[in-house]
Amino acid sequence: MTYAISRRLLVAAAAGSALALSFATAASAEVSLTFLVDNAPATVSASEALAAAFHAKNPDITIEVEARAAGGEGDNIVKTRLATGEMTDVFMYNAGSLFHALNPQQNMLDLTDEPYQSDIMDTFKSVVSENGKVYGAPFQTAMGGGVFYNKKIYAELGLEVPKTWAEFMKNNEAIKAKGGVTPVIQTFKDTWTSQLFMLGDFYNVLQAVPDFPEKYTANQIKYATTPAALRGFEHQEEVFKAGYLNEDFGSASYDDGLRMVSKGEGAHYPMLTFAIGNLFENYKDYINDVGFFALPGDDATNDGLTAWMANGIYGYAQTEHPAEVKKFIAFVASKDGCDTQTKAVGAIGPYMTKSCTLPADVAPAVKDLVAYFADGGRNAPALEFLSPVKGPALEQITVEIGSGIRSPLDGAKLYDDDVRKQALQLGLPGWE
Amino acid sequence: MTTHRKKGTRRGLAAAYPSWFYLPAAIIFGVLFLFPTFASLFFSLTRWTLFQYSFIGLDNFRQFFSEPFLVWGLVNTLIYAVVTSGSKVVLGMLLGILLTSNVMARGLLRAVAFFPVLVSTIGVGITFTMLMHPTNGLINDVIATFGLKGPAWLTDPRFALLSVAFVDVWKGVGLATVIYIAGIVSIPPEYYEAAKMDGANALQRFWNVTLPLARPATVTVIILSLIGGLRSFDLIWAMTKGGPGFTTDVVASVIYKQYQAGFYGLSTAGNVVLFVLVAAIVVPLSVMLNRKEVEA
Repeated sequence: MTYAISRRLLVAAAAGSALALSFATAASAEVSLTFLVDNAPATVSASEALAAAFHAKNPDITIEVEARAAGGEGDNIVKTRLATGEMTDVFMYNAGSLFHALNPQQNMLDLTDEPYQSDIMDTFKSVVSENGKVYGAPFQTAMGGGVFYNKKIYAELGLEVPKTWAEFMKNNEAIKAKGGVTPVIQTFKDTWTSQLFMLGDFYNVLQAVPDFPEKYTANQIKYATTPAALRGFEHQEEVFKAGYLNEDFGSASYDDGLRMVSKGEGAHYPMLTFAIGNLFENYKDYINDVGFFALPGDDATNDGLTAWMANGIYGYAQTEHPAEVKKFIAFVASKDGCDTQTKAVGAIGPYMTKSCTLPADVAPAVKDLVAYFADGGRNAPALEFLSPVKGPALEQITVEIGSGIRSPLDGAKLYDDDVRKQALQLGLPGWE
Repeated sequence: MTTHRKKGTRRGLAAAYPSWFYLPAAIIFGVLFLFPTFASLFFSLTRWTLFQYSFIGLDNFRQFFSEPFLVWGLVNTLIYAVVTSGSKVVLGMLLGILLTSNVMARGLLRAVAFFPVLVSTIGVGITFTMLMHPTNGLINDVIATFGLKGPAWLTDPRFALLSVAFVDVWKGVGLATVIYIAGIVSIPPEYYEAAKMDGANALQRFWNVTLPLARPATVTVIILSLIGGLRSFDLIWAMTKGGPGFTTDVVASVIYKQYQAGFYGLSTAGNVVLFVLVAAIVVPLSVMLNRKEVEA
């Protein structure tokens, strides 16, 4: 049996400061909305540009951008604020499995009947919907999980973009033989960066086992006992055992990784393409040396990209200004909104609004990424958009596998145990 | 007989105040301490998403004890607590003796020894993370000048926990030293004079006078640093986040990660377990150490 906790009780307990604040805003004629975003520099710049552009068009509405931590800590902040009734009017958050964990039907404004929905790609709508209602609009761009590579090194050694894992390893061997350059960069100081080999391989898993997501959600298939799913873990061990990693892989940070691949200290860095935004911020002079390819599988004729959907922008159900909130969300999802973001942080991937376009002179890595979304390109959503089951300890497990502390099979078993907790917490059938 | 009279005096004192006088303190105590304690006991028996909860009995405790890294975390917690507590006792005692002697610039040295205690734990963690960087950290640079290659202090599973423990000791030993200084200074000088008259050498004086008479200080240091070690979290989180992988996970970081993942019921159950664990170790230890003190 499940009990709902009285929102009113929590709000009442949550201290008078909130009350004082809301009185203050209600008194003024102009509306001020707060927009909660994660604190990645690219996100903050894009959000502030959107706020400014929107205010220029609607002088009576001011948007204040509030930054929060990203990752697991950010999840906690968002959940706590929703639970205590202190959420901001508008907020950005992931689509897919994390979105479902926020209890959208209780916490978010229903955006199903907004006029711009016809301009939004169906694939995106499907990952911000619950029980046939749409709760989010796209913010920022879609991403790919794959490998950034240094084009100068590839040109120097006459290498070609690999279509299979064997080719990838052959390239690594050639880079190692030449010396002076790290073949594969890993950055375990920021543990989340360790998950790419596993998460980015999902396109290949899906090709081998098309019904993996449904069975996985229903507790009928496991990573440890599905050879295709185990491959991602095994790849990670292979690059470690072959000695392809940078010496300080355990202490290097995400930013170190970007520096190494852009300046040519390393050849390959497995990463999500949102990093192009950070490359723009920190290593703009080297942006043309960085290319991108999907994590290769075993089949050269069917190589494709594991894609991450854009983030969502959501309205808080308890906001005092739902009309203004919807107006702002409509702006973010419009072509104007896309162009404002492109101007602020550069073009870093395909937008999920159909009428949005990218400028012609995008960075090479973006060109490589967009090709997977264009006609003739192949991509599939990452598992987190097809199944709500995602274990919280994956990044620790992949650090262990990538550091040679744990075997891939053992790690996969551990991960299978880990996801069980998430499934139980969500109350999914078949896991009790 | 004496205890009876004591009780009587206390009751007499109690009557000296009207009951409303206790109300503010009682309300604060109830709202800030009693209510959360019982609420957490209750929520530890539920599956709780913050939005709703369902009662699942002892399942959280079952899950928590089958957490693959809980056992590892428990072992790490004990190692960490014993290593840091033991080192603080030994080093604090030695520093205390040094800083109560007629050493030059004694006041300054005392301040220097205490200084790390005042620095923010997170700041210390981040600083040492940089110093212990395997390829461009200062520590390994120094080792390299001797032609040796230093290990990856924080990312090699063999060293990581002890590296963090070392930093904990560096940061915490100042407090132990201050407690020892107070303990040693309060030993009457007559004992040393008597021992000297009996022909005791320095080691014998330390062993037979300082050590037993500084016992209250030792008890305080052990209890404080053991509790600190058992529930240590901030330094470990700042330096390794329990990693690489799970190798430096302690009970508190396992619990924290369950909160992060949104398993609120499960992590609350973990806190109940930690509470019981700390109490189970520290209460008997405290009783034992204090009883011996009385006997001595």
